[in-house]
Amino acid sequence: MKKHIADFVIAEKKTIGSSYFTLLLKSPEALPEILPGQFVEVEVPDNKEVFLRRPISIHDVDYAANTITLLVQVVGKGTRTLSQLAEGRTLNLVYPLGNGFAIDGQKPLLVGGGAGIAPLLYTAKKYSEKGIRPAILLGGRTAELIPVKEEFRPYGEMFFATEDGSLGEKGLVTQHPAFGQSYDSILTCGPTPMMKAVARHALQNGIRCQVSLENTMACGVGACLCCVTKTDHGHRCVCKDGPVFDVKDMTEWAES
Amino acid sequence: MLDVKIHNLSLKNPVLTASGTFGYGEEFADFIDLSRLGGIIVKGTTGSHREGNAYPRMAETPSGMLNAVGLQNAGVDVFCQKTYPRICDIDTNIIVNVSGSSIEEYCETAAKIDALDKIPAIELNISCPNVKKGGMGFGTDPKMAAQVVGEVRKVYHKTLIVKLTPNVTSIADIAKAVEEAGADSVSLINTMLGMAVDVERRRPVLSTITGGLSGPAVKPVAVRMVWQVAKAVKIPVIGLGGIASANDALEFLMAGATAVQIGTANFLDPTVTVKVVDGLQDYLNRHNIKDIHDIIGMI
Repeated sequence: MKKHIADFVIAEKKTIGSSYFTLLLKSPEALPEILPGQFVEVEVPDNKEVFLRRPISIHDVDYAANTITLLVQVVGKGTRTLSQLAEGRTLNLVYPLGNGFAIDGQKPLLVGGGAGIAPLLYTAKKYSEKGIRPAILLGGRTAELIPVKEEFRPYGEMFFATEDGSLGEKGLVTQHPAFGQSYDSILTCGPTPMMKAVARHALQNGIRCQVSLENTMACGVGACLCCVTKTDHGHRCVCKDGPVFDVKDMTEWAES
Repeated sequence: MLDVKIHNLSLKNPVLTASGTFGYGEEFADFIDLSRLGGIIVKGTTGSHREGNAYPRMAETPSGMLNAVGLQNAGVDVFCQKTYPRICDIDTNIIVNVSGSSIEEYCETAAKIDALDKIPAIELNISCPNVKKGGMGFGTDPKMAAQVVGEVRKVYHKTLIVKLTPNVTSIADIAKAVEEAGADSVSLINTMLGMAVDVERRRPVLSTITGGLSGPAVKPVAVRMVWQVAKAVKIPVIGLGGIASANDALEFLMAGATAVQIGTANFLDPTVTVKVVDGLQDYLNRHNIKDIHDIIGMI
């Protein structure tokens, strides 16, 4: 897939709770095909302390409107600066990057935690286009830390798990009754301990499972080799060989 | 006219890409026409496969970044058999950066690259700060630097560029030593040894504790060292360190560099290299200079 560098305009910015926001970015040109699970590298303006671009998951795509939505959690100076930009500002993106999720299985489960929920909305929509309704299990420490909920409802059956019990079942996503049901494909993105627990469950039960990793990056295109993860076949770039990895290649990672 | 020569190597313009920042060129083919570059210096290549250092390998710093990749690469045999056939017909100079832990490893790798028709030059990396054995160790002592260059010179017959580390007291002394040992050119600077601490976690950011600093933060040091080395040697000097614009490149050229390399800036703007090429031509036009040589080493 051809990668592009292009200026987008912030058409809309929405704040979600105390730590999340969405940016609706409009391209002046037609969007190329974007796969669910791919990401963009965003140039962060206005802050001299931010040197590198920031890799951010693609939350949603609207080809008719030529827009991409990013769902971002404020975690550091880069994301904080992005959260402070006004609508109408131009943002430079390198995109679409990475391999994306394979949309497979007849009875899939999507498991998202916190900011890791971001790539799963566009993923759920892709399943919907194939006439498949996945089970969607979203988790967070509190209800507020699950940034997007109702947007998923048209595309699958929803389940929630929160550590404080403020939404859905009290506990971790892997303790939710829906997690133990029978699935033929699991796609997950979220905190590393959560993804490792999901991956171990999938490996033990022989279920195909894809995990989407988030390492700090520089180039985003597989040139600098800074963002590597350990796999069963050695170091691989999260930006180019991932961010989505099949857990059958990640057995050591899952157990670590 | 932007064309320059590095010994026997003809460059259509003085803009090269720095090893380790541009992959094998292919990673950037969607963004730019690679044939517009003076050359591509591909990822550091060693005698055998290397996994590199553990993650995290990168830390963002003011106007720059630290890296500790540690020469991850598939080894010279995989390069010759798999990578070379894919990239050898790109219409520019493909130069291989050669690294190692021993003189034998440098020589074996250089000899294998020497046999590849469409690789006109190597860049001998005696300056990597991120490997435990060898690497920068060869580049910090004039005698050891001369020894490794002298041995490689015996087995490598095309243009031999030697990449120098800034982590020394007198880089001109190292440059003179490798010139005497048979280097056709020197490139400088490799990264500066640095360190960053995560104060919340109370530990170093990098898995290796220290790493190599690159980006605009190092540029003034690099310009100074290029100027010192250009005064000290007769062979052509290739300048790098924080170049992100044509003006940055011009600083190096005026300070004595015959060509330049663009590194970390590729991560911020994957089209920066061709912007620098265009910017150099604009500068010549604006100042009514016919030949880039009229400004090389003018200071």
